[in-house]
Amino acid sequence: MLVGKSFPRVDAPDKASGRIKYTEDLCSRKALVAKICHSTIAHGYVTAIDTSEAEKIPGVIKIVTCFDVPQIEYPTAGHPYSTDPSHQDIADRLMLNRHVRFYGDDIAAVIAEDEIIAGKAVRALKVTYDELPFVLDPEEAMKEGVPEIHEGAKNNVVKHTEIHKGNFEEAIKEEGLIRVEGIYNSPMVQHCHIEKPICYAYMEKKRIVVVSATQIPHIVRRVCGMALGIPWGNVEVIKPYIGGGFGNRQDALDEPLCAFLTMQVGGRLVKLERTREEMFVNTRVRHAMRHYITSWLRPDGTLVARKMCCFSNQGAYGSHGHSIAAKGTGALAQMYPVENLWAEATTVYTNSPTAGAMRGYGMPQAVWAFECHTEDICRKLGLDPVDYRKTHSTPVGFFDPFSKNEMYYDTYRQALEEGAKAIDYDRKVREYQNQTGPIRRGIGCAIFWYNTAVWPISLEISSCRMVMNQDGSVQVQVGETEIGQGADTAYTQMAGETLGIPFDMVHVVSCQDTDVTPFGTGAYASRQTYTVGFAIRSCAEAFKQHILEIAFKYTGMQPYMMDIRDAKIVRVSDGRVLMTLAQLATETLYSMEKAEHLTIEKSAAVHSNAYSFGCAFAEVEVDIPMCKIRLLNLVNVHDCGNLINPALARAQVHGGMSMGIGYALSEKMLFDEKTGRPLNNNLLDYKLSTFMDHPHLDVRFIQNPEPTSAYGTKSLGEPPVLPVSPAIRNAVLQATGTALDDIPMDPHQLFRRFREDNLI
Amino acid sequence: MEKRQYKLVTCTINGVERSAMVDVRASLADMLRNEYELTSVKKGCDVGECGACTVIIDGECYNSCIYLAIWAEGKNIRTAEGLVGPNGELSDIQQAFVDEAAIQCGFCSPGFIMTATEILEKDKIYTDEELRKLLSGHLCRCTGYENILTAVRKTMYKRQGLEAPDELPESAWALKGTDKPSAGRFENMDLTEG
Repeated sequence: MLVGKSFPRVDAPDKASGRIKYTEDLCSRKALVAKICHSTIAHGYVTAIDTSEAEKIPGVIKIVTCFDVPQIEYPTAGHPYSTDPSHQDIADRLMLNRHVRFYGDDIAAVIAEDEIIAGKAVRALKVTYDELPFVLDPEEAMKEGVPEIHEGAKNNVVKHTEIHKGNFEEAIKEEGLIRVEGIYNSPMVQHCHIEKPICYAYMEKKRIVVVSATQIPHIVRRVCGMALGIPWGNVEVIKPYIGGGFGNRQDALDEPLCAFLTMQVGGRLVKLERTREEMFVNTRVRHAMRHYITSWLRPDGTLVARKMCCFSNQGAYGSHGHSIAAKGTGALAQMYPVENLWAEATTVYTNSPTAGAMRGYGMPQAVWAFECHTEDICRKLGLDPVDYRKTHSTPVGFFDPFSKNEMYYDTYRQALEEGAKAIDYDRKVREYQNQTGPIRRGIGCAIFWYNTAVWPISLEISSCRMVMNQDGSVQVQVGETEIGQGADTAYTQMAGETLGIPFDMVHVVSCQDTDVTPFGTGAYASRQTYTVGFAIRSCAEAFKQHILEIAFKYTGMQPYMMDIRDAKIVRVSDGRVLMTLAQLATETLYSMEKAEHLTIEKSAAVHSNAYSFGCAFAEVEVDIPMCKIRLLNLVNVHDCGNLINPALARAQVHGGMSMGIGYALSEKMLFDEKTGRPLNNNLLDYKLSTFMDHPHLDVRFIQNPEPTSAYGTKSLGEPPVLPVSPAIRNAVLQATGTALDDIPMDPHQLFRRFREDNLI
Repeated sequence: MEKRQYKLVTCTINGVERSAMVDVRASLADMLRNEYELTSVKKGCDVGECGACTVIIDGECYNSCIYLAIWAEGKNIRTAEGLVGPNGELSDIQQAFVDEAAIQCGFCSPGFIMTATEILEKDKIYTDEELRKLLSGHLCRCTGYENILTAVRKTMYKRQGLEAPDELPESAWALKGTDKPSAGRFENMDLTEG
């Protein structure tokens, strides 16, 4: 059995020794270097760019401005393409934009012999603008008279959707209902993968090769083709090992521009690497959101009706657009079923950096709002927060007609019990009641819901190729990328499991090359073990059958009489080893009469989805005069189905919890209100959580096998982020009585709120 | 344009004396990556914020992105490649990173491993609290630092011939009968405050 075992990662030894090559490591030191010129206004038009001084600098090869790029607006979101035009992503940007939509927008590129020359030339460009008023807040951006950030986007609305269920207006008329209201804000944050954004491009046989640190090579190929107006097959995208993604690289970032730049210099090798400062503003960020929630409840806590309104800050360009706010809004009824619902979500353009996909895809914002609100309900009704959640969260048997998903297990109650036990909730919640004094402790929890993959909203497909070597070992190729999450190791275990060969004999090809790799849409939506699981299983089962049919020629045994176990052909009836896979492979590949290539390819279109659930418990100590929160304990409980590799699953949860801690306590992108200029776009002023900010991260799993999944798995990569911030907030509420409405819960907010509540 | 200035820099890199003409403006990180292809030295920020480019210079860790290449003259420099044995065998701390699932995307790993190597070479037992502080010059977005701490702690105990406890006592120095750590740059570090 390979599945369910904690094998070390297949790539870890080479990563530990520093031998593994990332994009920058692979790029020739002789590459031309491109640097980008950024706007110094937040909104307006570039009227002219004087390149004359810059062109005089020796070593400058080419300057390309927003007046030179193809006038083809293209989409960047890392969604599967839709052949239905009404479902296609927003195409609203050029590679370099004359209509500047945020402070720092890309307006020109310099290609030079080295980085220093390119930087000097960028600084020598003289840009003139027609300036327009700018707006940073989505609700402000919707007001009459605010300039359109994109022509035709009325009131700067990207999209507005509504969900209506039951008879909301009638339901709220019921006598004796208790109304609970809240407004919850979540900030703009950045992915901060440690490898900076990078790609390089060159031309070969009149085609363009782009080597890029991306999560989605096949999608990037398509977007480059669209942006350049060339056949998609004329672009080859190669993805080496990458230093993290977290959704930032689930977008076409600089690949189209880099592809265009190499075309401008006769196909010479051009490297385009962003600085850390650029990464914060010129790649993608998480959507900042504001949720208004009102609930009508009976005194026993029964939820009668609920209204929610969400405003999502899209920033300057469409990217993943409204899908993110829509996902969170749709999730409202997944955690606490309600018969009468009115939910609306509006995604709005503003003059700030573009928001895209980020680990959790709208759900960290939504779960923050939902679970703060749930706690506010418990407070108002005087109910125990854990009991309330146990009583009112989604029950076993709940059916979701949209995805055809079912609540197969009583997960929420299992998870809450596990979490409460792990953190000693019952004792602590009593102990921390009615505290006084400057330093107080509190305990809180939050639950979450998350889907797996994107069906039925979007296409779900993965493909797999297996090739057997002379020694019986097998190469496995899929389009879904290793981005640090451990996918290659999980693929190795799943393939070995079904094929019947040991771990060391499965070689997952880590690098994706769109010319070679089977079609797959990439790493996102926590879909790899689920979606790729189907492709691997169907490919491995078919391959095994094929091998057993070949084995018939050597053994005389019918294929159904045999099996492959530990890389040997075994007769099932008595377990006798008939031959090894190595013998079969060598004989078959070199046979003078019946030589054949041992390979198979299968693709799996997936028409199912699986829901993951769980909760977090947090224990905090709040220093009220210092306005500081110290996180003492954090427990995450996950039902993600079967674990392929428990050690790596645990490690994934650690990372998500860490991202959740940063989201809760310290991370926020700040902008100058007078100019729109980013204020903390570096790793010193943007407070990523460090080694010092974490307690021990306690991870628990409830392994309820997912019935719809090839290996019993469902999503795990993203969910760990979701419950952390509300769990911490609810613990602070228990400690201090102050219900915080915003994240991050930093001293600035605590000072203001403790003042309001007369605690200081 | 001003004429570029180059200087010959001779230093010991991973035990071997090496020389190269380098641009006087180049960082040590650039020299190690570009002249010697030591690409374990990762550049995550170029300004000393993330710690990915950490190398050991004369026994002490530095962010090589903000250390000029010309300052390396006569110095003894070690990178993650240099920890690997002649037959490709990983050092104990590198192996611990593998065994403890302390590596995900791997971009911060070589830098972390160099700081861990420096810590381990102090030949002391540190508490978790101290280890957290000593390792806090590095940023990691994948691991939540949890397994990195375990890898360093276990290796630290192993080197002392001890089994790492699952939960560390508040002060673990007692285990070895040594005083509070007091070597090199750690000497003036306030290790008591969280």
